[in-house]
Amino acid sequence: MVSIKPIRDLIIIVNQRTEIMKRIFLILIGILIALTMNAQDAKAILQKVDDNMSSRNRVFESTMTIHGKRSSRTITSRSYAEGEKQSFTEYLSPARDQGTKMLKLKDQLWIYSPASDRTIQISGHLLRQSVMGSDLSYEDMMEDRKLTDVYGVKIVGVETIEGRKTTILELIAVLDDVAYYKRKMWIDAERFIPLKEELYAKGGQLLKRTTLTDVKQLQGRWFPTTIVYKDMLKEGKGTEFKITGIKFDQELPAYIFTKAALKK
Amino acid sequence: MIAFKLAFRNLLGAGLRTWLIVAVLSFAYVVILFYNGMLSGWDRQGRRDTKEWEIGQGQLWHSAYDKYDLFSIQDAHGPVVGEAKKFTDKGKLTPVLIVQATAYPQGRMQGVLLKGINPDQQILKFPSSMLHQDGQEINALIGKRMALTTRLNKGDKVLIRWRDKDGTFDALEVKIADVFNCNVPAVDNGQIWIDLNTLQKMMDLPGEATLLVSGTDEINENVGPWIYKDTEFLLAELNQIIHAKKGGSMVMQAMLLIIALLAIFDTQILSIFRRQKEIGTYIALGMTRAQVVGIFTVEGATHSILATILGALYGIPLFLWLGIKGITFGVDDMGITMAETIYPYYSIGLIITTTLFVILSATIMSYLPARRISRMKPTDALKGKIQ
Repeated sequence: MVSIKPIRDLIIIVNQRTEIMKRIFLILIGILIALTMNAQDAKAILQKVDDNMSSRNRVFESTMTIHGKRSSRTITSRSYAEGEKQSFTEYLSPARDQGTKMLKLKDQLWIYSPASDRTIQISGHLLRQSVMGSDLSYEDMMEDRKLTDVYGVKIVGVETIEGRKTTILELIAVLDDVAYYKRKMWIDAERFIPLKEELYAKGGQLLKRTTLTDVKQLQGRWFPTTIVYKDMLKEGKGTEFKITGIKFDQELPAYIFTKAALKK
Repeated sequence: MIAFKLAFRNLLGAGLRTWLIVAVLSFAYVVILFYNGMLSGWDRQGRRDTKEWEIGQGQLWHSAYDKYDLFSIQDAHGPVVGEAKKFTDKGKLTPVLIVQATAYPQGRMQGVLLKGINPDQQILKFPSSMLHQDGQEINALIGKRMALTTRLNKGDKVLIRWRDKDGTFDALEVKIADVFNCNVPAVDNGQIWIDLNTLQKMMDLPGEATLLVSGTDEINENVGPWIYKDTEFLLAELNQIIHAKKGGSMVMQAMLLIIALLAIFDTQILSIFRRQKEIGTYIALGMTRAQVVGIFTVEGATHSILATILGALYGIPLFLWLGIKGITFGVDDMGITMAETIYPYYSIGLIITTTLFVILSATIMSYLPARRISRMKPTDALKGKIQ
């Protein structure tokens, strides 16, 4: 006579294992859905930021204060920008920089110096040099790809910055030729503008921090008018960029974004 | 022979005046020898140090590399394969990878060249064995000049930021394993040396290099895509500096010599003016005008012989002493290969050339005023009439 007890036990064990497997599967599906939703949410936030910060064109006047170890100096300029691809900047003061003009057309950058009456194209390693001694490099100005095209994004937390609730996004590069492998952005949860950004090296070292303040409503959109760039490896207070006046979606003459405009 | 006897007698008879001229001429002679000896010493030491520390027996460059163009560095790297790899494996070539980076010593920002070298290489005198990693820390070597400008010492840690081959920023801390002392600024100024493998990993450029340093004279042509640069090409900068220095020093040497030669010229004019009766007597005794000109020329030129003897008397001990002790100039920050202490080098060729040059110049300077004798009338000369 064959005992059926071992067979029954086996069936029970198999049933239990199947149940566990089912649960694990459901949990994994749940995590995957949560991650996808997180990524979608994060991407949507980033898209809103892009929409809020970008415009057909803009004209603005600004001051850039470079804080050195011993002293600080302020440079004022007027800029015209069309999308992220084209921009033209004319430096207005101090006297030694007055008349210097900078033109960016897609991935090319030219600088006109009135002292030598020459136009120089900034390329290769020159792009890595600092702009007027600030914490910004020419290359930082040249970045014109959309963050959503270059980075994979996820929400990693929430934080309150100066009374504003922010969502923290973590951006990890999905392409190889990206200057900063990782970015962290603190996005105002209501206005969808970045209030803080950190740029990291591949190894995880914090390289630069940008703080955006004085958020104002301009032509129906929220816009930060003071940006402090800080090279975190260097001593000093960083570079303060203040927008003193800005107008969006203006009628800009086409000649502004030509090399001929540099010598005008 | 009579001319020499007369010349010596007259010169010794002139006393202090002769010795003053001889002293000035001997000083010029010794200074010329010293300065050229010092430049030769600098040249010899510079060439030797540059070969030992930087260029070996020649270098093989990546086709995009240009030593004088920093912007070429970004793209100047390639895999060490084929024939070049064989030479490398035999220890006849050592690869060096060069990368632009930024160092942050004490929170200051400084552009540097990050150089990777095999810690086991034997071609350069460079203390690369210190680059062997102990644990997780990356050991780095810097030269004394770099240590001075960055205020970094042995054991200090410094943060370095660079971009990998795709242009992505990366940063990490390295430990200064040692500060080496060498006379070649080209391996020191603004440079941080680390293990080649580590740098290749950091850059994501496995097995690649910017240049290969040769340790053998077997390699004297391009190896695969690597362009051969011989030692003369690599030493061109030093050669040009020495050449320029020699050119510049000639002005000072010429001034000194002119002062001494003017004294001889002046003495000759005075002698011919004051010794007209003597000249007339020589001619009356049957000497030709040319012989008399010869006597006076030899007399003037004898100053230089006395000067070389006097110069040798104090110059030889001085040069021997300087040859042993050397001349210390301190740490060089001029960006050229120059030892802290230079040991002057006096070749036989240099001594003979300088001696002949001084004697020849003195002879010409003595001859020029003596030519007047050939235009003298013997009768008037005997009377001592001014002509």
